[in-house]
Amino acid sequence: MIYIGIAIWSRAGSTKEFYVAGGGVSPLANGMATAADWMSAASFISMAGIISFGGYDGSVYLMGWTGGYVLLALLLAPYLRKFGKFTVPDFIGDRYYSKTARVVAVLCALLVSFTYVAGQMRGVGLVFSRFLEVDINTGVIIGMAIVLFYAVLGGMKGITYTQVAQYCVLIFAFMVPAIFISIQMTGHVVPQIGMGGTLDDGSGTYLLDKLNGLSEELGFAQYTDGSKSTIDVFMITLALMVGTAGLPHVIVRFFTVKRVKDARKSAGIALLLIAILYTTAPAVAVFARTNMITTVSNQPYEEMPEWFTKWETTGLIAFDDKNGDGKVQYTAFAKAENEHPANELTVDRDIMVLANPEIANLPAWVIALVAAGGLAAALSTAAGLLLVISSSVSHDLIKKTFKPNISDKQELWIARGAATVAVVIAGYFGIDPPGFVAAVVALAFGLAAASFFPAIVLGIFYKKMNKEGAIAGMIVGISLMLFYMLKFKFGIFDGGKVAVAGLQKDWWFGISPEGFGSIAMLVNFVVAITVNRFTPVPPEEVQAIVENIRIPSGAGEATPH
Amino acid sequence: MKPSRSHPKAYWKENLRYLFILLAIWFAVSYGAGILFKEALDTIKIGGFPLGFWFAQQGSIYVFVILIFVYVRLMNRLDKKYGYDE
Repeated sequence: MIYIGIAIWSRAGSTKEFYVAGGGVSPLANGMATAADWMSAASFISMAGIISFGGYDGSVYLMGWTGGYVLLALLLAPYLRKFGKFTVPDFIGDRYYSKTARVVAVLCALLVSFTYVAGQMRGVGLVFSRFLEVDINTGVIIGMAIVLFYAVLGGMKGITYTQVAQYCVLIFAFMVPAIFISIQMTGHVVPQIGMGGTLDDGSGTYLLDKLNGLSEELGFAQYTDGSKSTIDVFMITLALMVGTAGLPHVIVRFFTVKRVKDARKSAGIALLLIAILYTTAPAVAVFARTNMITTVSNQPYEEMPEWFTKWETTGLIAFDDKNGDGKVQYTAFAKAENEHPANELTVDRDIMVLANPEIANLPAWVIALVAAGGLAAALSTAAGLLLVISSSVSHDLIKKTFKPNISDKQELWIARGAATVAVVIAGYFGIDPPGFVAAVVALAFGLAAASFFPAIVLGIFYKKMNKEGAIAGMIVGISLMLFYMLKFKFGIFDGGKVAVAGLQKDWWFGISPEGFGSIAMLVNFVVAITVNRFTPVPPEEVQAIVENIRIPSGAGEATPH
Repeated sequence: MKPSRSHPKAYWKENLRYLFILLAIWFAVSYGAGILFKEALDTIKIGGFPLGFWFAQQGSIYVFVILIFVYVRLMNRLDKKYGYDE
């Protein structure tokens, strides 16, 4: 309700307000909006769960999704703000003086945004269905209606102020249970310290040591070591970092502030606000993992707490008493091995954050708060992405490529129409996911890394970069990434999804599809620079543009031209 | 140096130097301490944290935040020095 109220109050009157909120947003508000925009259902709901089950392996998300902001702040944001246009394809199109480059960029932006937004709609549906007790399809439709209402009406201006509100909700909702549980388990108020502290049971054992011990006992890798290879951890982290810096819905945020120095500052504020959640998440992961193991492992099934049976009915926790002893055996082994019994419990990683307060016996209002937070996270990200999709279509495709003489008002209506169509398509994928939506969300980063990042960086730091090189780089980069993802994630060349697990040994250099974005990005750079050497240098006036964006003063407002 | 608008090249060179230093730190804390040298650093313990693990899940993120704010300050100073401040 509150979100809609803000949308009406701040609805957009012009294309400029729709695209960049009129260019007058303060760095603090913009930082908060960027943080909410950035922290999606994946950060809020899934990430702590993934870390909880992966231990050290989960670090790729923590470093990847924060380290990208350093690249963004240092290499992209200030220059793109100085350039002063509405969208990423705008920059690519003008810098590379070519409609082809612009269209290639639009297609990349649409591909990245759609893969990402579909996952968000699913997240919205999950939370609605679990807590309004409706089925998931109804949940998705309610979510669609809300997102549509304020994204279409308000544009960037509406979204910016609702996202400020959503940031407050989601960070509060994440911190409250974390602090409660930290006090409960370790006696420390700050979860980041509690995570490395000793248990509050008088034993003097460090929490992490205890968890390592428990994991090893059950046959898992040590929590602080993980099981991924070093090269894969390296590559996935790199792909996520570069992908973060290349995501169009994040970049476009920095067009909304007044001056270049505000763009730099607002990247810093955004990361600070994101870091609050990202440094708490690993602590939540450790608490949840320890709590879960001690609650269920080797305990009689009859005596399982209420949360266990409640989640069991959703199918997200499943128990199968293989050895018939009436107790829950939770181990790393599919079959009984040596003295270890077979694993009898499967837990969906996505429920850890939602179930955590219940596992720790926190009051009902905390549980409701977490649901509200998950909703805020998913809605704000979905709205930001829809905006990128609609502006890519109305501004970059229609206005700049096909029908340059439409009026401002017509353009605004096309943008709204495009947002509506996008919501419906995203909703369809949310209701009827092709089975791989969740997997694709992580891959959206690989696609962004493989396409945009090199083109933008070269456009700023390499004055003589020409259109032929940039276009070739983007096309080769994103195609290579698509190919690798289709081959190794969906197995379409080898008989479908069933073949995926068997293909793992064929991974190039042992790099997973999630980490391959790094390789595709390097190939993009190499192709772009090679092609550039054999084709003419860009015209004088383009080189003058590059000189100009390197100087921070005189940014003016973001303008259509 | 006196404020002047005639040194875009010098400004850019100093900017690149800052970027190089800051990105070197960025690389060192995440890819260095958090990934490549994790094993070695894990032998050191700070409280309950093995150090490499701490860098991967906590330390690198704190450093990232500090890096951006240092960059903001350095660039604001540089803007003033070259008269690009507004």
